[in-house]
Amino acid sequence: MARTAATTGSKRSTSKPSAKKPAKAESNGNGRLAAVEMMNAEYQKRRKSQIEAIKKTDKKLLRDMLYQMVLGRIFEEKAAEVYRMGKIGGFCHLYIGQEAIAIGSMMALEPSDMVITSYRDHVQAMVKGITPEAVMAELYGKEGGCVKGKGGSMHMFSKEHEFYGGHGIVGGQIGVGTGMAYAAKYKESGQVTLCYFGEAAVNQGIFHESLNMAQLWKLPIIYICENNQYGMGTSQERAMSTRNIAKKAESYEMANEFVDGMDVMAVRDAALRAIKRAREESLPTLLEVRSYRYMGHSMSDPGNYRTREEIARYQERDPIVLFQDSLKTAKVFTDKDFEAIKQEAIDATKKAIEFAEESPYPSESELLSDVYA
Amino acid sequence: MAVLTIRDALNQALREELIRDENVFIMGEEVAEYDGAYKVTRGLWKEFGDKRVVDTPITELGFTGLGVGAAMAGLRPVIEFMTFNFSILASDQIINHAAKMLYMSGGEFKVPIVFRGPNGSAYQVSSQHSQALEAMYANFPGLKVVMPSTAADAKGLLKSSIRDDNPVIFMEQERMYGMKSEVPEDEDFTIPLGVADVKREGTDCTIVARSMTVPMALEAAEKVQKEFDVSVEVIDPRTIKPLDIDTIIASIMKTNRLVIAEESHSFASVGAEIAYQVMDHAFDHLDAPIKRVSTVEAPMPYAKNLEAAALPSVDKIIAAVKEVCYL
Repeated sequence: MARTAATTGSKRSTSKPSAKKPAKAESNGNGRLAAVEMMNAEYQKRRKSQIEAIKKTDKKLLRDMLYQMVLGRIFEEKAAEVYRMGKIGGFCHLYIGQEAIAIGSMMALEPSDMVITSYRDHVQAMVKGITPEAVMAELYGKEGGCVKGKGGSMHMFSKEHEFYGGHGIVGGQIGVGTGMAYAAKYKESGQVTLCYFGEAAVNQGIFHESLNMAQLWKLPIIYICENNQYGMGTSQERAMSTRNIAKKAESYEMANEFVDGMDVMAVRDAALRAIKRAREESLPTLLEVRSYRYMGHSMSDPGNYRTREEIARYQERDPIVLFQDSLKTAKVFTDKDFEAIKQEAIDATKKAIEFAEESPYPSESELLSDVYA
Repeated sequence: MAVLTIRDALNQALREELIRDENVFIMGEEVAEYDGAYKVTRGLWKEFGDKRVVDTPITELGFTGLGVGAAMAGLRPVIEFMTFNFSILASDQIINHAAKMLYMSGGEFKVPIVFRGPNGSAYQVSSQHSQALEAMYANFPGLKVVMPSTAADAKGLLKSSIRDDNPVIFMEQERMYGMKSEVPEDEDFTIPLGVADVKREGTDCTIVARSMTVPMALEAAEKVQKEFDVSVEVIDPRTIKPLDIDTIIASIMKTNRLVIAEESHSFASVGAEIAYQVMDHAFDHLDAPIKRVSTVEAPMPYAKNLEAAALPSVDKIIAAVKEVCYL
């Protein structure tokens, strides 16, 4: 999403301070703070049964899920650090705070299933199987990157892992993902497609055009709206006439669900239901997964459109903290296990940095290759 | 050889490729039950059914995006735009997605897809339905742009476009669908993309024309031959991108004069690019400045006389030939 902080800055400076203040108090906090309390109340209600369910879940799967979440967090924190050092250029959109969405849904897939997402794609790429080394080297613009340094942060791809990319035009991947599902149905391959996008993409025409076709032609796809509540610096209520994104699917008579995006097990359960619907009935689903992005839209975002209070309240419901708490309560893992998992993620990230540092820049002969097949 | 209209030649190409490769499917507005807005897909839905020939809602951006994703995942879609004017709605998927996918994925994902339909003016359909958009698409690396002017070229080039592993913009012309010419009957007849065709040999002046201006250039050539004894060579690049500049240069080295005839507006057109490339490669071989005949710099008007005045014509091409030949 090639929009700069400078653009936002100039827009903001044109608004009158007197008009801005009440608008900020009204929209920049209350709605989202109410939402987090509502989600938390629901979470507390289901927590007991969820812990029972965790006890019955495969321990290795739970460990893998937690590991991927922690890796995603540590990897992205490191990416931010090296970005500030000038090691990474261009746009860099981080996933911190949203880990439960990718991990909860993608780890409910078969390896042959297909995934496509937006420019906020590092964690999805790693969960689908691209190594942290190849993702970090791509961020560095190095030859060892998963697309040889040609795509960068926003464009991770891997055919081997059925990862159809990070895409830079808001909503563009919704059309492409619909086509991937169309191909799966055409070939009767049995593959399911997960198609991720932010809530701001819901206002694009391609969202509506795609959902209409997907339901009309009964395509095996799950549209996952990662509602982090801000399209760059514009909050959802300043951009959308309704808060309820899941309900938009009903205009197309499509199955839909609202999901607490800070609860990885809730995301997994919703994803499993949707994947079953896609696989067994060849029907699409829209999942609205309400989440929160801790960092700015991209690394160049000063974040002055929201309050510290709001960020802090969402961070109290951090998806990793919530999950670890449940795992501990269920007596599946101990603090010692968490430490070991964290260390593993730190080591993997360190290895990724070393690989990226050492990988050479792409040869200039790459400049004109891959333009045509 | 069979004598076919361009419409039927395109229809044959589609039919043969549907039979040859089960991953080929046709998708677009009115392509199936209605038999195609311009009847290019006539009979194909009846023969191949719902899976291979698919009517879409009027949702150009949506079905273009769907086509791009389907191509990435292994199919070979042929997407029909009822006219290329409507491709502008879908241009984000063509330009930002199809054209760049192979490159930005480091060679991981090919997009073998054909976008086809009529381009340019029709019969008094006014401003929003009369645009020749080849220059826009030709500007983007990753896309190929094809513009046939005869039935044989239409068939051979469409088959090659469907078999090509890249996104191909295949531009037809509504005024030309009924034009007839000979087409080889061999089912494996193809014409490679990127190879120009000398439609008429000559020694005194070269006209580079494409699509609708090819028959105009040929008529102009006959007239100047008769009236002024000027021998005109007519070259049809057939593929705009990649452009076979070598055939054009070889002709100019013989004739030393060039007229470019095109249906698009003149500013930043394909003709402008050809003129630049000729200057770059054959400046010393030119005996006169290059002339261009294009559509005027105004949206297309409705009134019959104004429409005719806006478009290139045989007379305008003759005037340009006379100018470069100092007649």
